[in-house]
Amino acid sequence: MLKKFCFLLLISPALLFSLIVQAQDGGGDKPVEMADALRSNGKIYVVVAVVVAIFLGLIAYVARLDRKISRLEKEIK
Amino acid sequence: MLRQTWWKILCVALLLFTIIAGFLGGVPARPILYETIRNFYFHVAMWFSMMIFFTISVVYSIKYLRSGRQQDDIYALEYTKIGIVFGTLGLLTGSLWAGFTWGAFWSNDPKQLGAVVALLIYLAYLVLRNSMTDMDKRARIGAVYNIFAFAMLFPTIWIIPRMVESLHPGGLGGNPAFNNLDSRMRLLFYPVSVPGWTLLGIWITSLRIRLHLLQERRHK
Repeated sequence: MLKKFCFLLLISPALLFSLIVQAQDGGGDKPVEMADALRSNGKIYVVVAVVVAIFLGLIAYVARLDRKISRLEKEIK
Repeated sequence: MLRQTWWKILCVALLLFTIIAGFLGGVPARPILYETIRNFYFHVAMWFSMMIFFTISVVYSIKYLRSGRQQDDIYALEYTKIGIVFGTLGLLTGSLWAGFTWGAFWSNDPKQLGAVVALLIYLAYLVLRNSMTDMDKRARIGAVYNIFAFAMLFPTIWIIPRMVESLHPGGLGGNPAFNNLDSRMRLLFYPVSVPGWTLLGIWITSLRIRLHLLQERRHK
């Protein structure tokens, strides 16, 4: 319980920062080119899919470890 | 607490959102950075998470000095380790980012150097611990050193890089408050990205701690 509270306490200042957002006007100079090409030809979705796949794979590994350790803890009890 | 699933599911949800919105969400168009500004959700989040882990670690170090319980020492050690991992990842991702935006993977930028020094001090903590064979001595001296290492984070990463000329935002006393961001990025970064990465580190650390405690019980 204390750990949950401490965790929330540590995070809350960071959450409060979102309240003091201010719009920054950069002043209209020439437009900065962004990667709209990748977005328009749909390849950005491939990038997202790949990263998500890698991430989920890693999470699956961690979750498996978690379950193994839980089983060990029950055994040793 | 460590065995509960709700915060682990939350972690996965937050990180999935970070990844998808990080790549597909709208970002301000800034010169030099262009789309790499999205790295903010990953590189900077690593450093924020590292600070949180080192803070948790030093709290447990202080708890150990007061209680003498070996469990507190295990917590302190494991949180220090995950802090070092995230800090190293922050350094690597920052170097990658710099290679494409600042033109070099390493510029001897004050913040880069400060971060390396801070991490080396923490690595020395691990070396110091392993140099001692007596478990109590190892824990006690480790705890004291951990407090010193934590204190050193502030001049090396937070204070000196802002006082001198730097490629990082905030050099020479400038405003470091990430003035390249807009409110969309802040809304994704602070409530989603940082908690997501932090929870992932806590999850991995909790597994290491549980494993450590299991090994202790087995040897009894």
